[in-house]
Amino acid sequence: MSESQPGRLLPWALVTPALLWTLVFFVLPFLAMVVLSLTHHDDGRATFENYRQFFDNPSYWRAMVNSLQVTSIVTVISVLLAYPFAWILAEIVPPRLQRLALVLAILPFWTSYVVRSYSWLLVLAQNGVVNQALTGSGLFDTPLQIANTRAATVIGFVHFFVMLLTLTIFANLKQLSPSYRRAAADLGAGPVRTFLHVILPLTLPGIMVGAFLTFVLAIGDYITPQILGGNNELLMPQLIMMQIGRRGDFPLASALAIILMVVVTIAYIVCSRWLKIERT
Amino acid sequence: MKTAGKILVSAYALAIYGFIFLPVIVLVLFSLQASSFPIPPFTGPSLRWYEAVLSDRRLMSALFNSVVLAGLSSAVAVTLGFLAAWGFARYHLPRSSLMRALITLPLTVSYLIIGMGLLIVFNWAGVPKSLLAAGIGHVVINLPLCFAIIYSQMGDNQVNFERAARDLGASEWKVLFLVSVPVLWPAIFASFFLSMTFSWDEFVIAFLLTRFDTTLPVEIWNLLRSGLNPRTNAIGSLVFGVSIVMALLLELVFLRRTRR
Repeated sequence: MSESQPGRLLPWALVTPALLWTLVFFVLPFLAMVVLSLTHHDDGRATFENYRQFFDNPSYWRAMVNSLQVTSIVTVISVLLAYPFAWILAEIVPPRLQRLALVLAILPFWTSYVVRSYSWLLVLAQNGVVNQALTGSGLFDTPLQIANTRAATVIGFVHFFVMLLTLTIFANLKQLSPSYRRAAADLGAGPVRTFLHVILPLTLPGIMVGAFLTFVLAIGDYITPQILGGNNELLMPQLIMMQIGRRGDFPLASALAIILMVVVTIAYIVCSRWLKIERT
Repeated sequence: MKTAGKILVSAYALAIYGFIFLPVIVLVLFSLQASSFPIPPFTGPSLRWYEAVLSDRRLMSALFNSVVLAGLSSAVAVTLGFLAAWGFARYHLPRSSLMRALITLPLTVSYLIIGMGLLIVFNWAGVPKSLLAAGIGHVVINLPLCFAIIYSQMGDNQVNFERAARDLGASEWKVLFLVSVPVLWPAIFASFFLSMTFSWDEFVIAFLLTRFDTTLPVEIWNLLRSGLNPRTNAIGSLVFGVSIVMALLLELVFLRRTRR
């Protein structure tokens, strides 16, 4: 290279700060967590006790099962609600209004996380808007218990991920070249067949990416289950935070967090395999 | 048949819009409640809870902390991300793809784990819980984002500008600040604002790493202990307003530029 006036140090001077930051404040803490998860809470000796506790204690197991169930339900419902919506925005809404329609559809995305969950609590509370509407209209005699149940957690999550998925699926549908649709029409396919055999398969990889993102973000979230679901049934992030906050048991919290990470990684491997099959 | 389909489609779209907007409308409506419970019937409109919130010192200092934290941590994240992106895009470094993967790695890990890891290390190192500690955490989550966005925008066409500048005798640092920064401005701006919104909204890391001086999401969390309260509605509506303004700025300044 002829353009090496300040020597070979410059490129390193450029990339080192970012690398160092990542090493010191991300890699090192993560390794510290791994080490800590292998030590005993009381005396600090090396042990697998924390991991064993997870497999021995049914209530810890239960939190993982709850997390997987809630996250799967949320992912499926969100995709099923968002896909037709994104399709309507991309195909039915006139092009000049599409941008506005989309911006509107993701506007509440910008509410703060904590505030969004609180807002759902307002809506779903014992004497909140939904229950007053239901009892006021005479449909129900007694208010429904929604807040502090799994249903509330699911509703709060679905709200957020419908917006996220609408955005990604919309982008996906818009990327499809119109010639696919024309070709299908030329070959005699009606709108339904075109959708089922052309549009849907072509957008499936994008849906998988969105679904996976939903899964990862939902399973690691503490706010939504804590505010909306309450403490009646615990999800993994709640269990982890409980070890930190109430009990100060960092080794166990670390072990639980690492187990959760392993589960997410397995989900990623399963998902990426599925994606590859779809593409070939 | 056709009209039935149209009705069905409109009904579905309206239902989803209703679902998406329901909590926001309820939040903002009952922030204007005159009585002290944010539940129907609506007794407002009244601005008393906004007054209460704006004269609340804890909330206002938390708001200030959040703004400063978001601004500074985003500035650090963008600077580090930009320098690294430039270094990787313009020079051949050994094991470049491995190092790039390392920088983007934190994107794959949940905030809870990042916050916990930092808390453990800071405990060991004797770093007290503080806004600075939370700021370090926010740079960790935003640096990979800034790096990825800016790196993806470093096309080869910009190399020509930089070559021209070098041929005309500019030093590397001059090329960097007088050519590359202006050319990449949209990407830098976008990543800065995206970082701001993420930091502004971030809860778990701030919750774990701060104690007395804390951020707005954590302070709102503390408010939630008192149950449903119109004060929470008022501050929540204000936060929503600020976020919308940030989002619109991003849309107006950044997206318009790229479309040109």
